[in-house]
Amino acid sequence: MTDDQRSEPTSPQAASRSGPVRVVLVDDHRMFRSGVRAELGDAVEVVGEAEDAEQAVTVITATRPDVVLLDVHLPGGGGRAVLSAVVGQLPDVRFLALSVSDAPEDVIAVIRGGARGYVTKSITGPELAAAVRRVADGDVVFSPRLAGFVLDAFAATTDVATVDEDLDRLSQREREVLRLIARGYTYKEVGKALFISVKTVETHVSAVLRKLQLSNRHELTRWANARRLV
Amino acid sequence: MNDTTTPAAGPVARLYRRSDGRVLAGVARGLADHLGVDVLYVRLAFVVLAAASGAGVVAYGLFWLFAPQDPYEAAQPRDRERDLTMLLALGSLTVGGLLLLAALGLGLNPGLAVPLVTVGVGVVILWRQVDDDARERWRQATGTDRVGGAARAAGGIALVVVGAGAILVGPANLDGTSGGLVAAIVVALGIALVSGPWWMRMARDLTAERNARIREQERAEVAAHVHDSVLHTLTLIQRHVDNPREVGRLARSQERELRGWLYRPTATAGATMTSALEQAAAEVEDAHGVAIEVVVVGDSALDDRLLAVRDAAREALVNAAKYAGDSAISVYAEVEPDQVTVFVRDRGPGFDPDTVPADRLGLRQSVVGRMDRHGGRSTIRSGAGDGTEIQLEMPRDQRSTT
Repeated sequence: MTDDQRSEPTSPQAASRSGPVRVVLVDDHRMFRSGVRAELGDAVEVVGEAEDAEQAVTVITATRPDVVLLDVHLPGGGGRAVLSAVVGQLPDVRFLALSVSDAPEDVIAVIRGGARGYVTKSITGPELAAAVRRVADGDVVFSPRLAGFVLDAFAATTDVATVDEDLDRLSQREREVLRLIARGYTYKEVGKALFISVKTVETHVSAVLRKLQLSNRHELTRWANARRLV
Repeated sequence: MNDTTTPAAGPVARLYRRSDGRVLAGVARGLADHLGVDVLYVRLAFVVLAAASGAGVVAYGLFWLFAPQDPYEAAQPRDRERDLTMLLALGSLTVGGLLLLAALGLGLNPGLAVPLVTVGVGVVILWRQVDDDARERWRQATGTDRVGGAARAAGGIALVVVGAGAILVGPANLDGTSGGLVAAIVVALGIALVSGPWWMRMARDLTAERNARIREQERAEVAAHVHDSVLHTLTLIQRHVDNPREVGRLARSQERELRGWLYRPTATAGATMTSALEQAAAEVEDAHGVAIEVVVVGDSALDDRLLAVRDAAREALVNAAKYAGDSAISVYAEVEPDQVTVFVRDRGPGFDPDTVPADRLGLRQSVVGRMDRHGGRSTIRSGAGDGTEIQLEMPRDQRSTT
């Protein structure tokens, strides 16, 4: 799964994209779906909607969108059920998780399930459209909150003596990038502050996402649980 | 009683037991329907047969065993008077059976048979309670059946007591006191055995009632909270439809409150750096109608220095809220073992820190000055179009991170 995803940004489909991004909205609140549809406007083409996990899998399989805007909390197993059913089958479909919940365990769970990013539902229309486009282009969307979670999670795991693998550790550069994102910087501003290109910022963020998805599950779960009980 | 209902709906009329208009198990009623004769004749036939070497009783038992309950009966209302009639019928059946046994001798000691039959009838009645309970649940019976059930249970127990007592005290004529003791034990055992289903049902009802009560309490608590918070806010919002800023403020403060209630029910406000910053941000949001996103990495208990950082951060937030317009404000804090760093960032027009007049003391005194006094540092980055970022750094002397 992740091998496919890593090669995606250079795939011909991503490079030769033309016209609006094709999007499927998955959320159990119709009001919210129509709100998002209105906010996205002409920036994307909404090709389908679904209100539960089962319907989502059907719609996604039928329409093969570029991006799925996926609610974390869904009837029928939540966003995770959709991810586990689709990610392996349709590697070209990318997922952007959308949630009202800031609970770390929810966020970490969808990212580890294969979502390429996470934004909260309070995001503005233009920001959401930009995030969708970024995910469609094969990049990763980190909200400040997600960046904070990751910093916290990996800070917690470095306390444990068992972190030898690179997967369980963030590089100094990655940490710097995440810290700026957590401070509310855009990728462009991060690049400017660190004197690196936007492309390099994206590479760092993608690397962090991969670590988040592949790193020792036990440590991350423990961190998420500990955070919840604070 | 509904005598017009017939089970002969299909091509082959099957024999069913009827639960409505039944006396014992609905065998006679079902047979009457099946044969198309009056139920009274069927019952009389059973009684007469019972008198003939007990064949009627055996036949009844077999029918009871093999004839299924009428499936069409499920929706029929239950006859509440049948408890009484059933007891009557049982009584007459029992007496008839006993008379028969007494008349024929039959090798059985009549003195033993009387109590045996009595006990048997009692047990049958009591264990049928369980069966009826299951059926009652299907029909969503109201509580009024309880009285009938209790009467039946009492009757059953009485029969068992009398029967068991008669076994030991009456005909067997055991010697003296030990016989009386044994009899008492047997009676007690009989009661325990026979009232088992009743106790089981009592326990089940108790548990169900307790669960229902707990659920009801929880529901009431949720309802009360939703009423006090969400409904109240919605009313306020309707009153302020002309004022989008106020509506936004109300919605955000309600969202924050509800979120805290849903996801962090055990959090103690103000005890740690994270909650202190979140609270400060919430106050500024409420006071100035702006949206502030707070991200904190790490956490620790508050001390004087951290309180100073929080106050400085709040002042920076107020500043951002005043001058940054409607754009989003973000707070990022990092609590490390040796240092705490807070960034307050807005996307407003920005300004040149050097040109701030000396009398505009909000930033200079409350942020920069406060950090200096407590041994910290502050940096202000601002530029036209880039917004403003205020960075607060405070070293920590003791290692008390959590």
